[in-house]
Amino acid sequence: MSVEAREARQPWILLSPALTAVALLLFVPLIFIVIYSFWLRTATGADQVGFYLDNWQEALTDPFYRDILLNTLKIAAITTAVCAVMGYPAAYFIARSKGNKAILLLLLMLPFWISYIIRTMSWINILGVSGAFNSTLMALGIISEPIQMLYNETTVILGLVHFLLPFMVLNVFVSLDGIDTNLEDAANSLGATRWQAFMQVTLPLSLPGLAAGGLLCFVLGAGTYITPMVLGGPTDAMFANLVFEAIITQLNWPLGSALSLMLLVVLGVLVLIYNRYLGMAQLMKGLG
Amino acid sequence: MGWNLIRAWTFLVYMFMFLPVAVVVLLSFNASQFGSFPMTGFSFRWFVELAQNDAILRAFRTSIILGLLTAAISTTLGVLASLALVRYRVPGTNMISTLLIAPILVPEVVLAVALLLFLNFLQINKSFTLLLLGHVIFTLPFVILVVQARLVSIRRDVEEAALSLGASPRQTFFQITLPLMLPAVLAGALFAFTISFDDITGTLFWKPGGVETVPTQIFAMLRNSISPEINALGTVMILMTVGLPLLGLAIARKLSTKSGT
Repeated sequence: MSVEAREARQPWILLSPALTAVALLLFVPLIFIVIYSFWLRTATGADQVGFYLDNWQEALTDPFYRDILLNTLKIAAITTAVCAVMGYPAAYFIARSKGNKAILLLLLMLPFWISYIIRTMSWINILGVSGAFNSTLMALGIISEPIQMLYNETTVILGLVHFLLPFMVLNVFVSLDGIDTNLEDAANSLGATRWQAFMQVTLPLSLPGLAAGGLLCFVLGAGTYITPMVLGGPTDAMFANLVFEAIITQLNWPLGSALSLMLLVVLGVLVLIYNRYLGMAQLMKGLG
Repeated sequence: MGWNLIRAWTFLVYMFMFLPVAVVVLLSFNASQFGSFPMTGFSFRWFVELAQNDAILRAFRTSIILGLLTAAISTTLGVLASLALVRYRVPGTNMISTLLIAPILVPEVVLAVALLLFLNFLQINKSFTLLLLGHVIFTLPFVILVVQARLVSIRRDVEEAALSLGASPRQTFFQITLPLMLPAVLAGALFAFTISFDDITGTLFWKPGGVETVPTQIFAMLRNSISPEINALGTVMILMTVGLPLLGLAIARKLSTKSGT
């Protein structure tokens, strides 16, 4: 073999283990559940191989599934909006601060390392019947009986915001940090007020970061089932809870496949739209 | 005026992120019977109880073994792939990068279901193997992103110098490239370990009955009520997942100042 040919083959040898893993553990399984979703679960519990549209019909026409899907998208949208409102000024502050940028950034990274389940359950200590909030209110004599503040849709959103906010701040920060501050100064010297300079120069330039953060918040928020299980009430199930229910509890794997694919398509369309207009590069910046 | 408002807002945002976690740590030292306020005194009793709880110790062992194996496999695959992407001109690099990070573009629940059903079809039931494969595929994109970002900064001329001075490609790799890459490799491994150690979304689908990792153990304990033991367990986990990367960061900084890159 010539030196050139060997040189050309080398990267493929290096890439092949990772590509094989992704193919066998992600792409083939995804194709497999497409096929599986057309099988049928029989009363005896065995799966009937074939081409049945029953699962899809149930998943797409049953108002129960449709309502929970819409509610899931609503919760994800509210979560994303709250993250943007809370996170943008914070990211702006970090990007423009001089002295403690490094420490603020390090603190921003810390939540990524603190376990999701612990951050979620920590709200029980705050809002629970004997949590910090109720104890304080009772000690101050404002209430005589503890109030149940947990286990509703608001606490699910609260938990999701707490989980996803760092993703938003980090992405907005990355994009703000890349903007030349001279641009804002130039706008000021040309007669714009600081607010005008921000609205017409900085904000538009930071939109890619806001969009990347928003996409991550929305997709991760809409795909969760742990937060509703820990912080939600019995009626606060999200779409991923239905998948969990079908696969783990009912063992109805064909229906579970159809529901998973529905979630994948809905969220996948969002990722594709994002990719079409903004490309994956921005997202990679925030993740790496 | 505006700036002070933003500063105050940022302060509140940080409080929001850290206060609940701080309360977990605070309550884990509570002497009281119950995992809640009021604090009745300072005590290590819940940590002592943790150390005597067999279920929790088993969960720790499972999580650590799983995390180490995941880190080893994922980092090996990730470093090789990153080398190819950074060091060679491969046709379709963008496409390949997108394929390699696809596991985090797909919602984790869907990844979990697809892998569980497919491997079950291949007669690989819920088992430690399934758990490990799941964690590997889920952590691989993060390793690739982290390692790639750091590999870019390693200058090629050092290697070229070694080659031109008569070192074989193999010698160059082991004596020049690998030591220079070490911080990147360690960062990737640490990242994989932390993500695996923290994961619950996929783990609940893949774990066989009776096997618990630390997060699923906490989840199972939450079903009853929040006990002081859970807070203590949370504190230990925070120490592990925050303390380890900070330690790693310090080591990486030391290594990189020593090698002068």
